[in-house]
Amino acid sequence: MSKPPDNRVVDTSTRQQPAEWSEPTHGGSPSRRAGRGARGGRDARGQRRREGVGDVMVPDAEFTSYYGRQVVKPAPWEHDIAAYLFTGGVAAGSAMLAAGADLTGRPALRRVARFGSIGGLGLSVGFLVHDLGRPSRFLNMMRVVKLTSPMSVGTWILTLHGPFAGLAFAAEVADMLPEPVRRGRWAPLVGLLSRLGTPAGLVSGLTAPPVAAYTAVLLSDTATPSWHSAHEELPFVFCGSAAAASAGLAMVGTPTSQAGPARTYAVGGAVVELLAERKMEQSMGLMAEPLHQGIAGRLMRASKVLTAAGAVGALVGGRSRAVSVVSGAALMAGSLCTRFGVFEAGIASAKDPKYTVVPQRERLDRGEPVRYAPPDRRGQ
Amino acid sequence: MIGRNSLFGPVDPAADAGYADPPARKGFFTDTSVCIGCKACEVACKEWNDVPENLFEMLGTSYDNSHSLNANQWRHVAFIERPGPAGGTAGQPGQQADLPRPAVDLGMPEMGAPVVPDEAKPDFRWLMESDVCKHCTHAACLDVCPTGSLFRTEFGTVVVQDDICNGCGYCVAACPFGVIDRRRGPDGAENIGIAQKCTLCYDRLTDGQRPACANACPTESIQYGDVDELRRRADERVAALHEQGIMDARLYGNDPNDGVGGTGAFFLLLDEPEVYGLPPDPVVTTKDLPRMFNRAGVAALAMLAGAAVSFLGRRA
Repeated sequence: MSKPPDNRVVDTSTRQQPAEWSEPTHGGSPSRRAGRGARGGRDARGQRRREGVGDVMVPDAEFTSYYGRQVVKPAPWEHDIAAYLFTGGVAAGSAMLAAGADLTGRPALRRVARFGSIGGLGLSVGFLVHDLGRPSRFLNMMRVVKLTSPMSVGTWILTLHGPFAGLAFAAEVADMLPEPVRRGRWAPLVGLLSRLGTPAGLVSGLTAPPVAAYTAVLLSDTATPSWHSAHEELPFVFCGSAAAASAGLAMVGTPTSQAGPARTYAVGGAVVELLAERKMEQSMGLMAEPLHQGIAGRLMRASKVLTAAGAVGALVGGRSRAVSVVSGAALMAGSLCTRFGVFEAGIASAKDPKYTVVPQRERLDRGEPVRYAPPDRRGQ
Repeated sequence: MIGRNSLFGPVDPAADAGYADPPARKGFFTDTSVCIGCKACEVACKEWNDVPENLFEMLGTSYDNSHSLNANQWRHVAFIERPGPAGGTAGQPGQQADLPRPAVDLGMPEMGAPVVPDEAKPDFRWLMESDVCKHCTHAACLDVCPTGSLFRTEFGTVVVQDDICNGCGYCVAACPFGVIDRRRGPDGAENIGIAQKCTLCYDRLTDGQRPACANACPTESIQYGDVDELRRRADERVAALHEQGIMDARLYGNDPNDGVGGTGAFFLLLDEPEVYGLPPDPVVTTKDLPRMFNRAGVAALAMLAGAAVSFLGRRA
């Protein structure tokens, strides 16, 4: 028997991982080796770099893995899912603003919001279908209603919301038609659409909040460490972000005299988003780390600056059209950064075995594995 | 069929899925202490299930060039070189000894056990494990599938119907073990874009046959059978190994009270699960789903209330 080569514990993380059709690429750092020296004392030490952690303090983690490779697989989703998180939020918030504008007699705000609603929805459906492995089978979603699948629930939420948003938009278009057309041979149809606008817009507004909120469950209901661990606060981050982005769009497109409610909504949404995001990072523990690193870290920092600046602009610059436009654009950009940042952080957390192994190992070492307790033995 | 333990806790998965009188739950007991890393399971699986080629690449990590479970690799033999005495540790029950296990006399004529001087013995040991889909009692992939493509069979296993899957990829992100994946290639292969994984050879089971990998395993490292019987056998095996002083032996996935309700394919390991690339304490993500929907509901209502408040007292 011959001696094994000296470099038998090979750190793969610096090597090229198998190419695209076999396994997602891996993003471990070179310092992370396949070893957790503390327990066995017989393997390379897995040392963790401290980088850009900011205000989140996490203890150094040593852990073992299979040659530094990922344990869970990252979602095989492209950036169109991150973009969908944004456009879906804009659509949902816009539908609510449109209903409010309609009820309070703000036609300019209503028009912008209805265009935002249908535009957001159209882009969303496009992104969703494009991301399927078999786009031609999109309708297979309609085979079942499955409460355990947030994607199924979301599909049905969109199916319920979409037609009413579409009807409200059609009514808006009907109202925009030149007078000769409105009175011409299509007059009965135009009149019908106009009358349906308000009720359809109301239903569209009332069915909109789940469109904004379910996407948080969509991400959290996975084994992706930085998405699942965010499940308490992520719905509030996403709903706040949706409110800020849709109100931002309304501020961009609406004269300041009619945009008052949009400014209020923008400030409220931005504050909820910023506060919920802060609380979320605290409750995520180690899994908040990817929110501070790499591309996700840059996006989340940009998101905070843009959202805060947009909110301040909406608060103090409401009388100025120029400030409103810039603030609204900043709020939309901030929301976009939030969605992409959360998306990227989740993907990064799945590619690094640390975020899967360390929390699980720690609860095992504490003697607190996740085990079922019958209802009569709970709390003891 | 929503029962009390449908999302978490011990349950008979086939009965919970609605089968009236299902056959006994079927699964694998993979005993890594007798795996010799021959990869016969990988080959048999590919041959029977017509799984296309995986990307072959010299990773430089031990002898493992099939590198992971994925859409094109439904059995994967992990090779781990661990520092420590060859053959694992030996000692009396209840104590951890660093002595190498003595070479075994195989009964070969005129040969006897080989005599190897201590200094020629390797100062590391091999761990080999044939990994596979765990066929969880609470299968996150199945729970989150929006098309119903993933379903629970009468044998309690989890199978993808590839003519229904639309490739949304949700199951990929949901699996706590990183097993299921969307097929990306090679060009011309069937079912590209579709989620693929071990079916526990559903087509063989319905004909009363053993899965291909278990059939091909030369050392009975992969044992197929009724899960109840396999769990009993696994308990005996781990007790026997402890009796021999191999105190590193432990079972993984056999506990119906664990985070995924126990797995239909479970393992005897000789080191911590993460050494093999397995999550040490996996939990099905849908355990928390009621809470997630609850929080999302509150956030949605808050968003609606916020919109209403924004318009209050501001009639234009």
